[in-house]
Amino acid sequence: MYVGRKETMNVIDLLEREQLKSDVPDFRPGDTVKVYSKIVEGGKERTQMFEGVVIVRKGGAIGETITVRRISHGVGVEKSFLLHSPRVEKVEVSKRGIVRRSRLYYLADKVGKAARIKEKKVAR
Amino acid sequence: MKNIIGRKVGMTSIFTADGRYVPVTVIEATPNTVLQVKTVATDGYNSVALAFADARKNGLTKPEAGRFTKLDLTPKKHIREFRKSIDGAPEVGGTVSVDVFTAGEHVDVVGISKGHGFAGGIKRHNFHGGSRTHGQMIHRQPGSNGDTNSGHTHRGSRRPGHYGVDRTTHQNLEIVRADLERNLLLVMGPVPGPKNALVIVSAAVRPPKVAKEAPTVKAAAKGKK
Repeated sequence: MYVGRKETMNVIDLLEREQLKSDVPDFRPGDTVKVYSKIVEGGKERTQMFEGVVIVRKGGAIGETITVRRISHGVGVEKSFLLHSPRVEKVEVSKRGIVRRSRLYYLADKVGKAARIKEKKVAR
Repeated sequence: MKNIIGRKVGMTSIFTADGRYVPVTVIEATPNTVLQVKTVATDGYNSVALAFADARKNGLTKPEAGRFTKLDLTPKKHIREFRKSIDGAPEVGGTVSVDVFTAGEHVDVVGISKGHGFAGGIKRHNFHGGSRTHGQMIHRQPGSNGDTNSGHTHRGSRRPGHYGVDRTTHQNLEIVRADLERNLLLVMGPVPGPKNALVIVSAAVRPPKVAKEAPTVKAAAKGKK
């Protein structure tokens, strides 16, 4: 049954906005970032760092995720993080990359030198 | 019994205190007015009538509005009666707010489900349907109507027909947050009905006995201390 619209029309927007982080740095796919996330291990909580290339930023607002790719022990590892999750403590940009698309899925097919990304020189 | 009448605002997702990302339905329940308290002595049974959402000036008939004006209350659009009384002794003219519920509690939510019109068996009863390819000409048809021996269709067999707009109850939904300031209830998971629909939130009739494997909001809050 229809109850009617109220002045609280954008309650959902508000709820989502409250949870957004204000300290997310500006970064794009192609950049190399360090993601510090809290993980629970053996009943204990600790912070783990994962460094790699951002291959995609997906979704918006509270549901935004980033996928970070790195080569670990010769195996490609991709991890997705909910950017605004309280479990993701911090994101640091370590390198800026020059890429020509927003989704770098092609990196998975490249090995070694071909998988490099040109670095953008930023004035320090 | 704890009950409150509210309006379904819509769905979103929220991070809980322990960092889980959970889907929630936002229900707005401005304080409900206690319109009438029935007792065995006066009416032969115990119940409480709650009223929700201010009515427009001409939104109610005179007799409807009279129930409120007689008690010097602002007329409300929706009145629902709940058997058994609300915990504590509610007083006529008092209010029931979302703070009757706390995070971690389980509730049943009643709503009128979304209308689907005249729906086929696949949508209405989860029939599988025929294959789209490989030559058969039966795709979304209901198939057999039953045996021919009995000479009639058995009662209650599932057929296409009107689907939705039924009073539907979702049991044991967990309260993720009760926001008294904005009169909001965040309930985990979906709730029957379209946006802006009337919903009734009540304490769970049959709450889960054993804690689920996944930590509930409450358990996580306890563990943190």
